[in-house]
Parts: sequence; C-alpha cells; structure tokens
Amino acid sequence: MFRIEKRPQPSRLWTYLTPLVAVVITMIVGGALFAALGKNPVEAIRTIFWDPLFGEFSFYYRPQLLVKAAPLILIAIGLSLGFRAGIWNIGAEGQYIIGALTGAGVGLAFYPLEAAYIFPLMVLAGALGGWAWGMIPAVLKTRFGTNEILVSLMLVYVAEQLLAKMALGLLRNPDGRGFPGSRNLQQYSSAHNAEIIAGTGVHWGVVAALIAVIFAYILFTRHVLGFHIRLTGQSPKAARFAGVNPARLALICLGLSGALAGLAGMFEVSGPAGQINIDFNVGYGFTAIIVAFLGRLHPVGILLAGLLLALTFIGGENAESNLGLPAAAIQMFQGMLLFFLLAVDVLTHYRLRWKSAEVA
Amino acid sequence: MDLSSINPTLLLASLIVASTPILLAALGELVVERAGVLNLGVEGMMITGAICGFAIAVNTGSPFVGFIAAAMGGALLALLFGVLTQFALANQVASGLALTLFGLGLSALLGQGYQGIKPPPTNSLDIPFLSDLPILGPILFSHDLMVYLALALVAAVWFVLNRTRAGLILRAVGENHGAAHALGYKVIRIRIMAILFGGACAGLGGAYLSLVRVPQWTEGMTAGSGWIALALVVFASWKAGRILLGAWLFGGISVLQLNLQAAGVAIPVEYLSMSPYLITILVLVIMSADKSRAPGSLGRTFHASD
Amino acid sequence: MSLTRFLASAVVALGLAGTALAEDKTKVGFIYVGPVGDGGWTYEHDQGRLAVEEHFGDKVETVFQESVPEGADAERAITQMALQGADLIFTTSFGYMDATINVASKFPDVKFEHATGFKTADNVSVYSARFYEGRAIQGHIAGKMTKSNVIGYIASFPIPEVIRGINAAYIHAKAVNPDVEFKIIWVYTWFDPPKEADAATALIDQGADVILQHTDSTAPQAAAEKAGVISFGQASDMAEYAPLPRVSSIIDNWAPYYIARTQAVMDGTWESTETWDGIAPGMVEIGEISDAVPADVKTEALEMKRLIAAGEYHPFTGPLNKQDGTAWLADGEVADDGTLLGMDFYVEGITAEIPK
Repeated sequence: MFRIEKRPQPSRLWTYLTPLVAVVITMIVGGALFAALGKNPVEAIRTIFWDPLFGEFSFYYRPQLLVKAAPLILIAIGLSLGFRAGIWNIGAEGQYIIGALTGAGVGLAFYPLEAAYIFPLMVLAGALGGWAWGMIPAVLKTRFGTNEILVSLMLVYVAEQLLAKMALGLLRNPDGRGFPGSRNLQQYSSAHNAEIIAGTGVHWGVVAALIAVIFAYILFTRHVLGFHIRLTGQSPKAARFAGVNPARLALICLGLSGALAGLAGMFEVSGPAGQINIDFNVGYGFTAIIVAFLGRLHPVGILLAGLLLALTFIGGENAESNLGLPAAAIQMFQGMLLFFLLAVDVLTHYRLRWKSAEVA
Repeated sequence: MDLSSINPTLLLASLIVASTPILLAALGELVVERAGVLNLGVEGMMITGAICGFAIAVNTGSPFVGFIAAAMGGALLALLFGVLTQFALANQVASGLALTLFGLGLSALLGQGYQGIKPPPTNSLDIPFLSDLPILGPILFSHDLMVYLALALVAAVWFVLNRTRAGLILRAVGENHGAAHALGYKVIRIRIMAILFGGACAGLGGAYLSLVRVPQWTEGMTAGSGWIALALVVFASWKAGRILLGAWLFGGISVLQLNLQAAGVAIPVEYLSMSPYLITILVLVIMSADKSRAPGSLGRTFHASD
Repeated sequence: MSLTRFLASAVVALGLAGTALAEDKTKVGFIYVGPVGDGGWTYEHDQGRLAVEEHFGDKVETVFQESVPEGADAERAITQMALQGADLIFTTSFGYMDATINVASKFPDVKFEHATGFKTADNVSVYSARFYEGRAIQGHIAGKMTKSNVIGYIASFPIPEVIRGINAAYIHAKAVNPDVEFKIIWVYTWFDPPKEADAATALIDQGADVILQHTDSTAPQAAAEKAGVISFGQASDMAEYAPLPRVSSIIDNWAPYYIARTQAVMDGTWESTETWDGIAPGMVEIGEISDAVPADVKTEALEMKRLIAAGEYHPFTGPLNKQDGTAWLADGEVADDGTLLGMDFYVEGITAEIPK
C-alpha cells in the first residue's frame, strides 16, 4: 500500500507542477460532469479556460480578469501575513464590507462637491475602516486570549447587518425612489475609482494589489518583520527567544490584513460595483482565503492563484450563458478545482512511497 | 403595539422547531472540533443533506428513509473533506470553504426537478396524555420525532464525550494529537469517524429544513444556517449542553424578532439580528478567562512524522 | 496614441460583433437575479423566455444567466451577452439599473429592457407591472374570508413597491371588513424559505388566519397549510397549494410583453418606452380563485378585476387619508403614478410603522 512520508525539504519540482496537475485533473473530471449534463466537454472546458484569454472577445475579458482578481489578491496578500505567523483572520469578508462602508461614506458625505482630495480621503477611510474591524479580534486576542478565528468570523455577520442597515438607511440614495442602495459613485467623478487607462480594466485597486504583492515579497525576503512572521509560524517558542513580541505581531498582522481587505472593499464600491447595496459583498473575503492557500501563502503564488480563480469565475459565467450550463454545475466545477489543488498539494511536502508489505 | 398578542406557549413551541436544524448541525460540528478538526463546510453538508433527504423522501414516500439518506449524503460529503484533510493533509480552513462551494453546487444540480413538490408529511407525535397537557403539552410534547431525536442526541453526545472511554480518547486526540499518537491511538481513524458523524448530523439538520420546517426544496434554502451552527459551537464553548442553550437563543432571537414585529413593536431589525453574534463574541471573551477553551489541536494538520 | 487607436478599433469590433453574429436569428438574452427554480420571481421571467422561444420557434435564440449578483458582476454578464451578439437583453431586477445603462451606452445597436427601474436611454426601455391591482383583489378576498379579523403580511424590504401592495390590500380589506387589522413582518429578504416560514408561523401564532406575502418562496404556503389558514400565491401561481391554503394568486405574466418586444426588434420598430402595465394587458394575472372562497365573494372579486381591467376603477381612489390623518386623495380623486411610484407612507388605519 501507499505510505505518505514527509519530505525533508518541500519539493521544488512539485511546487510548480502541482497546480498544473490539479487543473488537468479538474478538466478531466469536470469534463465528465459536463458530458453527463449533455454538453460537449471539450467546448465547455475551452469556454472556461481558453476563451476569456484568447477567444474572440478576449479584449474585453482580459481586463475583466484584472478587475475580478484584484480584490482577491489584495485581501489574500493581507491574509497571508497572518496565516504565515499562525494568526487566523477568516473574517476578511467583514473587513471588506466595513472598508467599503467607510470609504463610500466619506465620499458620499462630500456629495456633490467635486475636489481632488476626496478620493484619497476615501482610500484612507476604507483602509482605516477595515483596519479597525480587524483590530477588534486582534485586541481581544492580545488582551484576553480570545480565539481570533471565531471572533473575526462572527464579525462578518455583524458587518453584513450593518451593511443592510446602511443601504436602507443612512447611505440610501435620496433620489433612488425609495429603493435600497446608495448613490452610484461611478456617477460622482471625484469619488469614482475609474479605470486609469480606459479599456484596460486597471483601476486603482489593481494597482494597489500589485503594490501589495511587491510589498509582501520584499517584506518576506528582506525585512525583519517578514522574518519574525515566518519564525513565529514555524516555531513560536524560537520566535520568543529571538525577541519577537507575539502580541505586537498579532496586532500588526490582523491590522494590516484588515486594512488591505478594507481597501479592497473601498476600491470595489467606488469602482466596479459603484454603490453600497444589501448584496454588495459577493464572498471575496472568503474566496481570498482559498486564494491565499492556493498561492501557498507566497506573494507570487497568490497573484497567480487570484488570476486563476478569476478565470474560472469569468469563464464559468460564459459557459453558463453560451452553453446553457446551470450555474450549479459551474459552482461544483470550481469546488472540484479547489479540492484537487488542495489534494495534490500533499505531493509538495510529502512523498508517496509504495510499500510492498508491512513488516510485522 | 400589542404585546399581549404574543402567545408565549406558541412562541416557545416554534422556537424549538426553528432551532432544531442548527442544533443538529452544531452538535455534529462540536464532535468534529472536539477531535481537533475545524470543518467550515457545514453549510455545504447541510444543503446536501437537505436535497438528499428531500429527494429520497419524495421517491420513497417515507420521511424516515429520507432522513437516513440525508445523514448518509452529509456523511459522504464530509468524507471528501476527511480524505482531503486527513490523508492529503490539506489545510482545513480552505478545504472546508471549498466543501461549502461544492455542496451548494452539487445540491442545486441534484435538486433540479424537485422544485415545487411537496414532501410526504412528517407527523407530529401525539403522545397520549402528555400532548394534551396545558402549556407544557404544546411546548414539549407535540413535535415530530426528529425534535426529540435531536434532544436525545445532545444527551448522548454529552454522555459519550464526558463519561466514556471513547469520548476521552476523542478529546485527547483533539487536545494534543502528538501525545495521543504516542499513546498508540489512531488519530486519523478517530478523526475520520468524527468527521463522518459531523457530516451525518449536518445532513440531518438540512433535511429537517427541507422536510419539516419549510417544507420544500429550493436552491440555497439553508441560507446561512451552517454558518450559524459554526458560531453556535463556539458560543457553547465546545460543550454539548450549552449547544442546546445556544440553539434556543439563536433560534429564539430570530423567532422573537418576527413575533415582536407582528405585534407592532417598531424594532431595529438589523441590530436585533446581529445581537446573537455580538453575544457570542462576548461569551468568547468571558470564556477566554475561563478554563473551557478551544481544543488544543483545533485546525492543525496531523501527520505521524511531525 | 497607438493605444487609443487600438481601443477605437476594439469598440468598432464590439459594434460589428453585435450585428455580425445575428444575421438571421434574433438573439434574446435574459439576466436573472435568482435561480430559475426559485418558484417565484425568476421562475416567471424564465417562463416568459420559454414563451418567446415557443412563439417564434426557429427565428429566435434565447440565452440566460441565473443568480447574477447586482453590481460589477451584472455589468460583465450583460456585456458578455451583448458581445455574443444578443439583439435584445432583458435585465430582470431593480439592482441592474445602472449596469444596464452603462452597458447600453457601449452597445448602441443592442436593445435593452430593464425591469422595475426608472432610468431610460435611446436603447433602454423600462417595464414593470402594476401588482397593486392584484393586491386590491387579494385584499378584498382576504377581508371577506378572515374570521379573526387579523391578516398577516410578510413584506420584504420597505420600498415603494412593497408599501404600495400593503396599502392596496389594506384599503380593500378594510372596505369590506371595517374591523380588519394588518400585522406586518419585514423579513429583509426576497428569498429565504426558512425565514419566510418562521414569519408566517409567527403571524399565525398571533391570530392571523389569512397570510399575504411579498416574498418569493412558497414556504409561507406550506406554513399556512400546516396551520389551516389561507394564503395567496405571489409572483407565480403556486397552484400546488390550491385549493387550500392558496385561494388565489397574483401572477406576473411577462410572456406577452417579451413576445411583443422581441417582435418589435425583428420588425425594426423597437423604441425606448416606459411600460407600467396591469391587469388589462395581462401583465398581472389573477390566479384561479379556488372553491374554498364562497361563490359571492368570488363573483365580487372577479367583478373588481373586470372594472380594473376596463379602466373603470382605480384601486387608489379617494377619499383616502395618510396614516397620520392628513388628507391624501379627495372623494373620487385617483392617485397619480408619480405618488404611487414613490410611495413611502401607509394609508390611514394601518397601525404598524414603516421601518426607517
């Protein structure tokens, strides 16, 4: 039978190979699923993975890929800081919502004034809002030793209720004929996170995501904080001997990841989404957790994982409307992709050994 | 405002029904977490149970068979999580989230063709004498079998965890898997069993929604119940008795706010809706000072060579 | 410089793509907010889509995308349909309003139809149904049928559409039963079966023996059935709950409108319009009134339907006061559409408050 043995070193080869293996397995199993639903599997797989990148309308989808991937990457980078140190913020969805609320709130407070300083203020407010929401579990953890996984998760629901309250109350568009939802920031040019170069999909959130990737890369390879984070993750005891203050680290990691999630929410609400609404959040905060792990908590990996997930979202939508695949099948397909990516990851850190017979 | 129109007896009776799905799911998750595994896929397992139970009950005409199928469906999906996290050693948080995504898709696909159908009725027990008691009768003795099963399960889980050797081993595995392994316990086997139990319970909870509480099948019908069940486990600080209390509190607040509204009390619905979560956080903070805390190995991957 | 040229050519390509693919078949796209199997709102829009296919046969091709979140994803989904050569796109939720307008400005040759919104453009029409006409008839039946004089109302969000429905139902229930009382629960969701079921149970527990709902699932029907009270289908006929508890229903019938608009695109006669249709053209249908309703009540209800359809009766006809007692409509005066569209007040007699 097979036995799993830990590798002394993570395999470099498999680090690069496993994502490809997972994608191929998903294509095969997913293709079988699509065939079972009476669709041409090759066409379906091509629609999901190929068409958005190289198909007839790729000039539209490639920019959209960036729009979809940017919040995922921005949040996942923040999460990876904490995850590497063993600090588990799974409430990024809540921090994302609060960042959007504070960001949009500041912008709407100035309406209809047009001024160049409004957008920078909104960016600041978004980051601060997310930071503050992230600091709640951080402070409770350092003060009382409360489990941050659970507090941050609980705060997601609280944030969702606040969002509904704001969309129906304080931030409701006075000219919206009583419907829930704020003014559309896309129509308020001082607060609009517009594309920096039209038609490329690159808005400030995309720029921020790229900066975050570079920043995280430098942090982990060059900076003492990155060293402390890694050390704490590997051995909290050793870290303490090295003079790392675990409380300070938790405050920094949770605060930073909250701020980045808040930024992502702010860029989303002022750009692609346009308005605060009851259903504003579509799960970026949770999906980003998956992105962080798929990217192996490495900045470049996260960049690629974010793009891959964005591809399945966009390609999946195309398959829905072009081939008439039910949304459920696409959801399952994405679930499968994640399963396989997670499953084959074992090969990076462990190797399979064939054992002919157990020695008694 | 007319508070007198709220009938406390009926309120308590509907509270018990409303809290049963999350009670079942949370009990399962409690056992899983006590074994040191964090499975965030409760929502996915619940909804899979909901459709499995519904489809089988409709096809066989028996809600009882439906509930069994729901437990099996939930357990099967949980097995997927077990294989990923215990054999492939994948990260539990990410695997659980992926499980939810997968379960929602799978259930929607399985459920095509079951919309707008009425399931066979699950009858309430009519216990002679007891059901006719004033006040206590409607509150306690006029429900369907699953309500009592859920309550019995609370007691059973408490007993097994605290009073049996099996429970001791399970808790040992959850507290310190390295030490448990050194003592010769099969950490992975025990955890897989806990995960299967958790899946079965979540499946039952889902089926209670689709067969009794709503009762019908619609896509996405669990609407976040699985996440509430997760919160509940924490709220209960990993204790079976407190799960019951928590389920009634969570179920109670939602039922109460609807009743207050119907009685014409102008309440800020959002603030009331967020209160169970805030209370949970408060409980967590208070508990942190207390001895009862999360199992030591919760969420950590175990491999014998570690 | 070269970039702008590239973009310019891309835009040309967009336009070309829009027309080139659509040589003979007319392609009609639909964007849905829920799953097609929700049994209510989205289900009825999809029935409309199927009716278009049935009516035109080989001359049309329809595509749809379900469960599209409102916001950035909606804009992409609509653009995607336009790119794939749709000639006409129906966006079937209020939250798609700005996304529809944005996409429409990029695809001047594609026609857009936005449900329940109020922003139009040269290639964007809006359409909605006067559901309140159906609510008035429901109110009449409910007022006659209730024995406890308590009518439960499950409301979704405090928006004019929902408030209008409550008022219409209340006015006509009150007209036939002066003792009637409305209990209203806001569930803050369009679709959450367990919550809707709980809301129905709460209302029934507090003495309601008629349940009206402005949410999309059939969960309240099941709760009503269990408790032995009566209910009305919403958005869809929900006929599987007839004859009891469901005694009648309001059906959104989009098929005639969708067929007419598709025909207009085929004929090249499509123009931007604002449609708010009711019972008369068949956009709002009253589902079969079941035998659980006494014959005389049924006759009265059908008579009211006939009068509304003929334009002889408007459900909001004075004298009517607002909840605070101030005069709203004088005797014989009829509410104007502007007030109805922005309705943010209850009429006199309703004791509840609209949540702020």
